Amino acid sequence: MSRTPLDTVEHAAATPDVELPWAELGLKKDEYERVVEILGRRPTGAELAMYSVMWSEHCSYKSSKVHLRQFGEKAPESDAMLVGIGENAGVVDVGQGYAVTFKVESHNHPSYVEPYQGAATGVGGIVRDIIAMGARPVAVVDPLRFGAADHPDTKRVLPGVVAGIGGYGNCLGLPNIGGEVVFDACYQGNPLVNAGAIGVMRHEDIHLAKASGAGNKVILYGARTGGDGIGGASILASETFDDAKPSKRPAVQVGDPFQEKLLIECTLEAFQEKLVVGIQDLGAAGLSCATSELASNGSGGMRVTLDDVPLRDSTLSPEEILMSESQERMCAVVEPEKVDRFLEICEKWDVIATVIGEVTDGDRLEIYWHGGKIVDVDPRTVAHEGPVYERPYARPSWQDELQADDANKLPRPATSEELKDQVLKLVGSPNQASKSWITSQYDHFVQGNTVLAQPEDSGMIRIDEETGLGVAIATDGNGRYAKLDPYHGAQLALAEAYRNVATTGAKPLAVSDCLNFGSPEDPAVMWQFAEAVRGLADACQQLGTPVTGGNVSLYNQTGEAAIHPTPVVAVLGVIDDVARRTPVAFQEEGQLLYLLGDTREEFGGSAWSQVVHDHLGGLPPKVDLERERLLAEILISASRDGMIDSAHDLSDGGLIQAVVESALLGQKGARLIVPDGLDAFTFLFSESAGRAVVAVPRSEEVRFNDMCGARGLPVTRIGVVDGDVVDVQGEFALTLSELRETHESTIPALLK
Amino acid sequence: MTARIGVVTFPGSLDDRDTQRAIRVAGAEPVALWHKDKDLKQVDAVVLCGGFSYGDYLRAGAIARFSPVMEPLLEQAKAGLPVLGICNGFQILTEAHLLPGTMLRNDHLHFICRDQKLRVENAGTAWTTDYSAGQEIHIPLKNNDGQYVADAYTLDKLEAEGRVAFRYLDFNPNGSQRDIAGVSNEAGNVVGLMPHPEHAVEPLIGTGRTDGLPFFTSILKKLVNA
Repeated sequence: MSRTPLDTVEHAAATPDVELPWAELGLKKDEYERVVEILGRRPTGAELAMYSVMWSEHCSYKSSKVHLRQFGEKAPESDAMLVGIGENAGVVDVGQGYAVTFKVESHNHPSYVEPYQGAATGVGGIVRDIIAMGARPVAVVDPLRFGAADHPDTKRVLPGVVAGIGGYGNCLGLPNIGGEVVFDACYQGNPLVNAGAIGVMRHEDIHLAKASGAGNKVILYGARTGGDGIGGASILASETFDDAKPSKRPAVQVGDPFQEKLLIECTLEAFQEKLVVGIQDLGAAGLSCATSELASNGSGGMRVTLDDVPLRDSTLSPEEILMSESQERMCAVVEPEKVDRFLEICEKWDVIATVIGEVTDGDRLEIYWHGGKIVDVDPRTVAHEGPVYERPYARPSWQDELQADDANKLPRPATSEELKDQVLKLVGSPNQASKSWITSQYDHFVQGNTVLAQPEDSGMIRIDEETGLGVAIATDGNGRYAKLDPYHGAQLALAEAYRNVATTGAKPLAVSDCLNFGSPEDPAVMWQFAEAVRGLADACQQLGTPVTGGNVSLYNQTGEAAIHPTPVVAVLGVIDDVARRTPVAFQEEGQLLYLLGDTREEFGGSAWSQVVHDHLGGLPPKVDLERERLLAEILISASRDGMIDSAHDLSDGGLIQAVVESALLGQKGARLIVPDGLDAFTFLFSESAGRAVVAVPRSEEVRFNDMCGARGLPVTRIGVVDGDVVDVQGEFALTLSELRETHESTIPALLK
Repeated sequence: MTARIGVVTFPGSLDDRDTQRAIRVAGAEPVALWHKDKDLKQVDAVVLCGGFSYGDYLRAGAIARFSPVMEPLLEQAKAGLPVLGICNGFQILTEAHLLPGTMLRNDHLHFICRDQKLRVENAGTAWTTDYSAGQEIHIPLKNNDGQYVADAYTLDKLEAEGRVAFRYLDFNPNGSQRDIAGVSNEAGNVVGLMPHPEHAVEPLIGTGRTDGLPFFTSILKKLVNA
């Protein structure tokens, strides 16, 4: 094997005219010129690899940054926030000395290419973010969006994604407690695979990604580095090597959950013994990201010897090693006298650990290979000072027409029979049908702290066995609403997740988001993005729930066709005693059903308009955040004081969907009476926000009504839990067995 | 005095802390055992818990079975030490030939997690005396490789000797032969099952039932009264 001379810093300085494949690596001409300007010379191949991957949209947020600033600027005052945006994950104070970290990320594109591994490594990545904060992961959630349920490719993508999430998460021992599954043709070539995780720690155990203290050692531990996920780096490799090596490698990384499980235990043990100064997981951009971020967040520089990185493939070039996205790796900064003990713990867990460098007192990141210096950069220019774009954005020309196409004018059922048929069609439609075929492939029970899991309104985990302190999480996002009005659509996503947390009895504290959009180079998409961010930031400010972190996924589009703008919002809540949680299922016959909130004729973007008319137009439901806050307070008080035995938030599908779910889960029917002033159709199908249905024991009726009256929340008695039929009086009755058959057979039939 | 019950952690064990909690809830003292331990720290009984030991990339339990801790465990189990294998623990016990049969991948080829109905067929083993024979219970089940199989001779022998300890009711979640959810050895001190009693010991957690607690109270009574 012959080699061209190593492209060292010296070599680069001496050969200014060498052409580098910056365009193939995804850099724009002006971006490359900026790299040359920063360095005062052309970059080496290794430096170019680092800049190109760290300045990518995925790592640098270059198109979204100018908008995301609002989350900080508009952040409400909150005592709960311990660590904010910018770290691996945000950290929230939940009381009793506990801190909780949570985050949602996307793994959309890899999951389309290779559903199983794409989804599996999505779980792996988010879990490493959580452990990098010093927390023990306690649960995962998975908001998913697929193409049309009956499209043949959905049958390829969905089962693989679900098996990947299950295969990885189950093997890590993390209960899967929530998420969503949504079908829409707009996601056909761009499924959204978002993955969220929650971790718990004591306040004093919070760890940050920074390398401080000259002389401290940089330890790479976990899996060996291989050629997976290196993408564009192979272009550089082919420049520096001849072709006597494996050329085509998988673009999607391959996960090893067993290795990750060992990594979790080994990392937490090292934390427990206070052996770690700073820590960073290796995700996107691998070592390029970990070294440059650790160094730029710390007080000094860093020197790394790349020859010491344990490899799976000895033919890897230094550029490939820097860019490799091999999974299950972490990087820790450890004081010299603690290195032996750190390595001992790694050995106990059979985890490979290697000192690859040290913190220096300079301010440069220097990387060596075969004795030559191949990287000499200011790490901040790599990690934090990437390009920032003010992309042009403009309200699309079709937006007015879309909003004028009013769903409220669609033909409505004319007879009771027709109304009944549409109810059955709704509860059996893929989006409204039971997802148990999917969720039964996830372990809900492991760790023995799961109080609530899907299909409950939020997932809930006990975090203290003595006091019963717990946390709840819900994720929501309605791309149809956001398409009609991205500003209010994003607010509705937040409102729904906020409401879902409160419905189970927990107090909403903080927000993480995963913003899934099309190409930022399309001004219409950029407008959707800007509007959604502005809407979400405004709503978070008003509800007092700060955004602690999140993720942006752009370029979710095929050709000219972008996905619906899909901001997925996760809300984290806290509950003082999980014994007081409120489930969805009806508990006892004879309990009174109350509808909280106002019901209006709001069908724009509704499930009814989709299922019955295949229609998307008009305006989404009106947003009233003060009402959401009041509703949440009532739901939390009612749960704490034992005034309600079950509760369900009203969202897509409206009231009838909620009642059917509560009835099926509780195996108890309901008699419903259409309230005065509403027609049966609006009563059953409207998607007005800020509403919930609760079941009140008769002994609590007066107290509950008094509380709602005193606080000014509209409350309407709509029926009673009773029998084995869902009976809308004067209209129709459906037996639970008929409803169950309709609700539960759809997904298995589509995916078998 | 109370009983000391060991819980072995293999690399990839997942339910070790949960099992320790279940032992505590029952009133016994959990003792953490490590897969590299060469002795059992004089515990009175051992639980091999659920998980994916060594990732289960080979046959489930096939590697864990050769861990150092299994040597004293095999020896003492044959001499009467009570051992319970749950899920991956059951798979390890069959790989170690302390229990007959083996587990294949679920017949439907998916991981399955559900609240499973069982019938206690034998309330005479070391781990089931707090149940009554024929009692119907619900405990969580979650596995990928839970299809119990053995040759007809072995199955007939198990049935004849009353060693089918638990059977799935209403729904066979993984294609197990004769709906078998768990079996015991001849002496009744070694029991293995696929469902997870340790996830059903507190009313608020998991499925909301405590149907799994008698596993741990049974053994505690036996040990304390011994």
